Amino acid sequence: MIDALELFRQGDLDAFESLFRRHQRAVYGWVLGIVRNAADAEEVTVESFWRIYQARAQFDPARNFNAWARRIATNAALDRLRLRRPESELRAEVASADGGDPAETAEIRVRTAAAFRRLPPKLRIAATLAVVEEHPHREIAAALGITVTAVKVRVFRALRMLRRDLERQGIRP
Amino acid sequence: MRNNEDKRMRQLLKEAVRPVEANAEPGRDLWPEVLRRLDEPAAQPELLQLPAWFDAALLAGLAAFVVVFPASIPLLVYYL
Repeated sequence: MIDALELFRQGDLDAFESLFRRHQRAVYGWVLGIVRNAADAEEVTVESFWRIYQARAQFDPARNFNAWARRIATNAALDRLRLRRPESELRAEVASADGGDPAETAEIRVRTAAAFRRLPPKLRIAATLAVVEEHPHREIAAALGITVTAVKVRVFRALRMLRRDLERQGIRP
Repeated sequence: MRNNEDKRMRQLLKEAVRPVEANAEPGRDLWPEVLRRLDEPAAQPELLQLPAWFDAALLAGLAAFVVVFPASIPLLVYYL
C-alpha cells in the first residue's frame, strides 16, 4: 500500500484511481454528514478528490491517507456551506422527520432545524459532526485542523447561539 | 442548570436534524467526473493572490497589536 501511495504522490493516475475507489465511500459519507444533501455531497466529493490530486506532492506516504483526505474534504464541504443559502436547504431535511408528533413539537423541530441552518458554517460543522453524527471529538479536530478543546468550544457556542435564536422566536428550549 | 440546558439543546438538535445513513454511497460513479475535472485547465483561484510579504506584514501587525493591547488575547483566542 505504501507503494501505491508513493505512486500517487508522483502523479500516477492508476494509483490515484485505486485510492479513489478505496476511499470514495468514506469521503462521501463524511461529506454527506456535513452538507446533508446527496447531490451536494457528490459534487463536494468530486471537488475533494480533485483537490487531493492537486495537493498530492504535500502528502506524506507514511501518514494515514484517509485522515488526510478527510481534512481536505472537510474544507471543501465548508466552502460549499459558505456558498449555500440556508433557506434553500431546509425543506428536504424537515420533511424527513418522523410524522405523528403533536403539532407543537413538530413546529419546534422545524424552527430548530431552521435556526441550525443560520449558524455560521464553522460552528455548524462542529455541531453537526459532534452532536448529530456523534463522531468522536478527536476525529473532528483532526478533520478541521483544530484542537479537541476548540471543537468543544465551537459546539458550545453553536448550541448557545441556537438556544438564543429559539428564545428570540419565543421558544424556550 | 447549564448542563441541563445543554443536554436539552443537544436533544432538540438531534430530533430536528437526523444523522445521515451510516453506509451512504454516491448514486453514481464519480470517477469519470473526477477525471473530467483533472482534464480541465487549472482555474484561477477566486481569491486575490497576495504576495508573501503581505502575510508577514499582517502577522507582524497582529503581533504588535497583541503586545500593545494584551487584554485582547482572550478575544482573539475566542474568535480563532
